[in-house]
Amino acid sequence: MRVNGSQLVMEVLLQHGVDTVFGYPGGAALNLYDALYEYSDRIKVVTTAHEQGASHAADGYARATGKTGVCFATSGPGATNLVTGIATAFMDSIPLVAITANVPDSLIGRDAFQEVSISNVVIPVTKHTYFINNIDNLEDALYNAFRIASSGRKGPVLIDITKDVTAAMTNYKPRKPIDKDPLPAFEKADLKKVADMINASSKPVIYCGGGVAASNAGEELLQLMDKAGIPAAHTLMSAGVIGYDNPKNLGMAGMHGTIAANKAFDRADLMIALGTRFSDRVALNPEKFGKRAQKIQIDIDASELNKNVFVDLGITADIKDFLTQLLPLIKENGHEEWLSLATGWKSKTGDVKSGDAELHPSEILHSVCDMTDKDTIYVTDVGQHQMWAAQYLKHEHTKQFLTSGGLGTMGYGYGAAIGAQVGCPDARVIHFTGDGSFHMNLNEGCTAVSQELPIITIIMNNQVLGMVYQWQGIFYDHRYSATDLHRKTDFLKIAEGFGAKGFKADTPDEFEEVFAKALKEKGPVWIDCHIAKSEYVYPMIPGGGTIEDMIIG
Amino acid sequence: MDKTERSEILSILVSNEPGVTARLGSLFARRGFNIDSFTASPTNDPKLTRITIATTGDDRKFDQILTQTAKQEFVKTIDIMGPKSIYRELLLLKVKADKKDRSQLMEIVEIYRGRIVDLSRNSMIIELTGSTKKIDGFMDMMSCYELIDVCRTGVTGINRGDASISDNVDDE
Repeated sequence: MRVNGSQLVMEVLLQHGVDTVFGYPGGAALNLYDALYEYSDRIKVVTTAHEQGASHAADGYARATGKTGVCFATSGPGATNLVTGIATAFMDSIPLVAITANVPDSLIGRDAFQEVSISNVVIPVTKHTYFINNIDNLEDALYNAFRIASSGRKGPVLIDITKDVTAAMTNYKPRKPIDKDPLPAFEKADLKKVADMINASSKPVIYCGGGVAASNAGEELLQLMDKAGIPAAHTLMSAGVIGYDNPKNLGMAGMHGTIAANKAFDRADLMIALGTRFSDRVALNPEKFGKRAQKIQIDIDASELNKNVFVDLGITADIKDFLTQLLPLIKENGHEEWLSLATGWKSKTGDVKSGDAELHPSEILHSVCDMTDKDTIYVTDVGQHQMWAAQYLKHEHTKQFLTSGGLGTMGYGYGAAIGAQVGCPDARVIHFTGDGSFHMNLNEGCTAVSQELPIITIIMNNQVLGMVYQWQGIFYDHRYSATDLHRKTDFLKIAEGFGAKGFKADTPDEFEEVFAKALKEKGPVWIDCHIAKSEYVYPMIPGGGTIEDMIIG
Repeated sequence: MDKTERSEILSILVSNEPGVTARLGSLFARRGFNIDSFTASPTNDPKLTRITIATTGDDRKFDQILTQTAKQEFVKTIDIMGPKSIYRELLLLKVKADKKDRSQLMEIVEIYRGRIVDLSRNSMIIELTGSTKKIDGFMDMMSCYELIDVCRTGVTGINRGDASISDNVDDE
């Protein structure tokens, strides 16, 4: 068929099953948006308040649906506003295709109005980038972008298209997406080595990372845990993989992880690391991390093996593929003594505070879990509330906890919640944020209203930038530099100003009452929850520390 | 793993497309990999460019350099070249040479099998090809003269025998 460059983009999106794009129009993107108008019966356009929100929305859409997220922006500032969202997706290995329009090719390199070489800007935070100034290269770039984003270790790809190409005519013959790259081939001998190490170990522990979620290996993981009697701890990126109530789930590992998880890592004689990069937020001290354990690391990305922590056996493989073939070689084992020891440490983890009139974060999170069903999608921003959400929410599956793990992007949450709600219209989406994070992207309130999205935003408002405030309190002698801001923001009025509903809660009872009301609303609701700034996230292992340095609170 | 630093020559085949050098440079810069020299040139296949990078590091660093580079979309193959491969570098050197220095310089150039490619009243341009070690040796000899301009291409190299680095490139 005869199409212009913009129509070609739409046709290729449709071939890849894209039904929604998130973005913001502009001069260079006029042709692309004109095509979106033409294809509006097949491709939904969600226009955000700011391109950053669009990039986070595409990311949230991808995390919640498992599909590749797509965002659009115009040249220059439109494109640079996507960068934080692209970097967020890159650090968490989320499949994303960002399509930007640039100035016409005749103006490229002349510092034209709104010209930025975005394909160069995003090199460090993308799997690949394309700069397309020739219509003949556009189709292949689009097809390959989707292949690259969703193959192997997933991640973002950016295609920058000059405006003249978005109007240039070409022929397109509809064709199916390119097959994903084949899974890495691993040595069969490695299966036996891993099985032998597991079968011979007396204190094995699984260190479960985002790769387990990315490869949908949750079922195989549970089978391994049950068959070999292995307790498991998860990273922030794999909250939900093991199931909150699974007795062998030791909880989250790392800086704000549970005593059980960190202690089990320290005491184990075998650590099986699945789809994780031994980040500095878990392997806080790479020399002493899991010091008694032989370590096996399995990752789809060969460059992750031995990158941060040396392992005894590193294997490049897809987690699901590897575990499926490994399971028959694993001997049944109860590891009763070790399991009861490791799970015994669990009970010592701090429990929900209650009994006073004040509203505590843990109470908010428990009420939310009690009052919503198990398929609820939780989205967080970044900071103390994020860690509490990771600790206290009862995550049951992998696509229900959306959080910026690697990059730690404050302002991620609202955009991501919008993407998740658009992608999963039947799911309940709850957005947890802090007053600091929410100030960064609350402008997306207008998007939630215009899209009629019943997202409930729970603001854990302690009037300070809590996580940094906590560090200043513990490590900087209470010198609260730029964290105690004396803002007078009235979130209820802002909600109202956007056309959303606003509630506030000062006590646990008030929270339950307004949350029940919020659940009945058809549009977005903000709940301003007043919590004390003296609430710290515990346990805590300071950067570079070990279990010996853990502060229990 | 061995923690002693060593120098290696990497031979990388990449797609011949815009931005490849920027991407590779960005990767090396952001991961803290050294680039001692970098050369790029077309190959017999118009779709492929060959890049030769001289770099230093320990075992762990080389492991990262290889795996991080290999996973780039545009990288077709990457190989650490062994000590037995053939390496060459080209030097163009402009040195001050008046009548008193001229014959001495010509003698040294002769010993190193270099060529004088331009001669003027007060200077000459010397061309020398060889291994990095040979060029370093020559440069050492030249250090007692007044150098005007020094141009070194950086090292490029090729493996001995019948095999080609592109043997394991998938045809697309």
